[in-house]
Amino acid sequence: MEKALLLGDEAIARGAWEAGCRVVSSYPGTPSTEVTEAIAAYKEINAEWAPNEKVSLEVAFGAAMAGARAMACMKHVGLNVAADPLFTAAYTGVRAGLVVVVADDPAMFSSQNEQDSRYYARSAHVPILEPSDSQECKDFTALAFALSEQYDTPVLVRLTTRIAHARSLVTLGERLDRPVPAWEKEPQKYVMMPGNARRRHPIVEQREKKLAEDASEMEINRIEMRDTTLGVVCASVCYPYVREAAPDASVFKLGMTYPLPETALRAFAAKVERLIVIEELEPFMEDSLKAMGLPAAGKAETGLQGELGVRKVRRALFGGETRLIAAPPQVLPRPPALCPGCPHRAVFNILRKQKLNVFGDIGCYTLGATPPLNAMDATLCMGASIGMAFGAEKAQGKAFSRKSVAVIGDSTFLHSGVTALIDAVYNSGTITVLILDNRITGMTGHQENPASGRDIYGSPAPMLDLAALCQACGVKHVRTADPYDQKALDAAVGEEVSREAVSVIVVKWPCILLEKEHPAPYHVEGCKACGVCMRLGCPAIGSGADRTVQINPNTCVGCGLCASVCPFGCMKLLERGEHA
Amino acid sequence: MRMDLIIVGVGGQGILLASRVMGRLAMNAGRDVKVSEVHGMSQRGGDVITHVRIAEAVQSPLIEEGKADAMIAFERMEAVRALPYLKKGGLIVVNTQKIAPAPVLAGAAEYPEGLLDALESAGELLALDAQHIAKKLKAPRAVNIILLGAFARRRGGDQAAWLEAVSACVPPRTVEANLSAFLAGWEAAVQ
Repeated sequence: MEKALLLGDEAIARGAWEAGCRVVSSYPGTPSTEVTEAIAAYKEINAEWAPNEKVSLEVAFGAAMAGARAMACMKHVGLNVAADPLFTAAYTGVRAGLVVVVADDPAMFSSQNEQDSRYYARSAHVPILEPSDSQECKDFTALAFALSEQYDTPVLVRLTTRIAHARSLVTLGERLDRPVPAWEKEPQKYVMMPGNARRRHPIVEQREKKLAEDASEMEINRIEMRDTTLGVVCASVCYPYVREAAPDASVFKLGMTYPLPETALRAFAAKVERLIVIEELEPFMEDSLKAMGLPAAGKAETGLQGELGVRKVRRALFGGETRLIAAPPQVLPRPPALCPGCPHRAVFNILRKQKLNVFGDIGCYTLGATPPLNAMDATLCMGASIGMAFGAEKAQGKAFSRKSVAVIGDSTFLHSGVTALIDAVYNSGTITVLILDNRITGMTGHQENPASGRDIYGSPAPMLDLAALCQACGVKHVRTADPYDQKALDAAVGEEVSREAVSVIVVKWPCILLEKEHPAPYHVEGCKACGVCMRLGCPAIGSGADRTVQINPNTCVGCGLCASVCPFGCMKLLERGEHA
Repeated sequence: MRMDLIIVGVGGQGILLASRVMGRLAMNAGRDVKVSEVHGMSQRGGDVITHVRIAEAVQSPLIEEGKADAMIAFERMEAVRALPYLKKGGLIVVNTQKIAPAPVLAGAAEYPEGLLDALESAGELLALDAQHIAKKLKAPRAVNIILLGAFARRRGGDQAAWLEAVSACVPPRTVEANLSAFLAGWEAAVQ
């Protein structure tokens, strides 16, 4: 059998392909993005980037309801956006398998919170599977499709960063092709108005009871009996941590963490002297075990924050050393920063210069909040910048909006910012919105979006006109700007902010990482050590002990922003091939 | 082959490719392997760490502090940052390049001195200027493969197996350039 070294995300994609999945719709979000990127390589699957997670789940649901196995993938906060269709899809059930992949991010490597998606399974009354390596990612995805059809329910598959972004060996299989049945009308099952929904709700409850009973017999819920002085209940990446930290312990390894296999758990608990639950984030399983009256513990030792590891698990199980080894003291922090030549920097330079209040959003440009730019006052969730700016205007009065802006990327605006813009226009707001249009979803690694002019396959697609969309929302003052024409951008921001009406500036410049050819780098002649260019926070510009600056010719991409801010004209373009 | 390896550097230096080559090598040798990567925001010029674990059967995708057999560092301060992972006397292959972090660029701090000494006293050190070698090869992006070449030689690796793993992981049209880079690193390891 052929083996491959796959990311958890890639193994999910492989599992979906082998299970005969035909439709995948997703919105990118670390650490889930690579599932759908890998899906796009399988020609039997129709893949797409949707504008947001709600749409993606609705498209996947529509496909599953019409008889094709379908999947939607998102990060944890994306499931908040998709929660609406999820909760009612749990009532309707499906015609072909419907799998929702959700990737949590303990320790927040690339996220704004540490929420635990398992609670969605409980509150929507759908099962959730948690693979613990790439092989299980593949196997559980295929199983999720089967369970979805067997129990007539959407099925969640939950990853965490250390599963999604770890590679391990996977045995590959063949694709099972499943024909799509003819369309069948079944409005009592699929039209969720009160009368029908009241008939479906008892079915949801019965299904969940059946699943909970069957869970004790499922192979993915596995007991490894060893020494009975310690019994550990765990799932996901915690299973390999536990196996390594306590090779002699008895382990109940859960593949499905909701609903729990109560009968089997009770039998396991009866056989061990001490019952410990090892889980990251919330005490989701531990609370359930306690509700069953079982003497479970663990969360008091593992805590609610961050990710676990072998050392933390060993400490939780056996006590002992509590302090992790620190890096040697001379090491300096290396925070992420906007790239040299990033067009967002040119925008933040103006916003800071005008001392504006800035309501930010989710994307690379959130880094505008970091020093030395310090040009952001709030970031909440996808699309929130515009609503926050409007809400602040309601609190502080219209004068507040004469010194404030909302800043949002193209992909984030289309995800969920446009509805807030409609709100501000409809309800007589006077805010100013800057759409940072770099024509791509940048932070997650360059996924296409409706404003890119390309689809997930890189094929030409209709390019959404952001300015026209804003006009159609009723915004009377819409203009576009070039971020590197700093004078014009400065004037445009000044005019629009002072205007007592909703206005939008679409700032257009492509993500610098997508540009293959760059102008020659700049170099510095006769620096006066004034420090003005240093306030840009460009990683290609460095200052010495005497405060004079140098430009690194290896990282400078010749964007010219420093030249446009230098009051003494010291930044000179190098001729191509010339060395400073 | 049983090895716990840490690969560290700065986002954008090609660390993921290096870890993928290691994974491929282990897979080709019929070993179990897990590679834990970092994607997303941290990649925007932040410090990046990848864990590679090779054994008969690998459990945790992460290496415990104090347990790594070896480290490949693409930047000297990042090598020191990751020292808590290295076991006493472990192998350190370090690119001597300095990449200034934000506090240094801003003039708020000096790039620390004595980092190579700290590495020397922590383990078996092989320091090389991989950036210089890459420039000589006219392949500035090949620092990662050069470091792998040096690491492979120092670990007494089978050159042919390594070349096969490199070839399988790089884009087809860059195979030749990457094999040259690997061999240049292999040569540099004896100095």
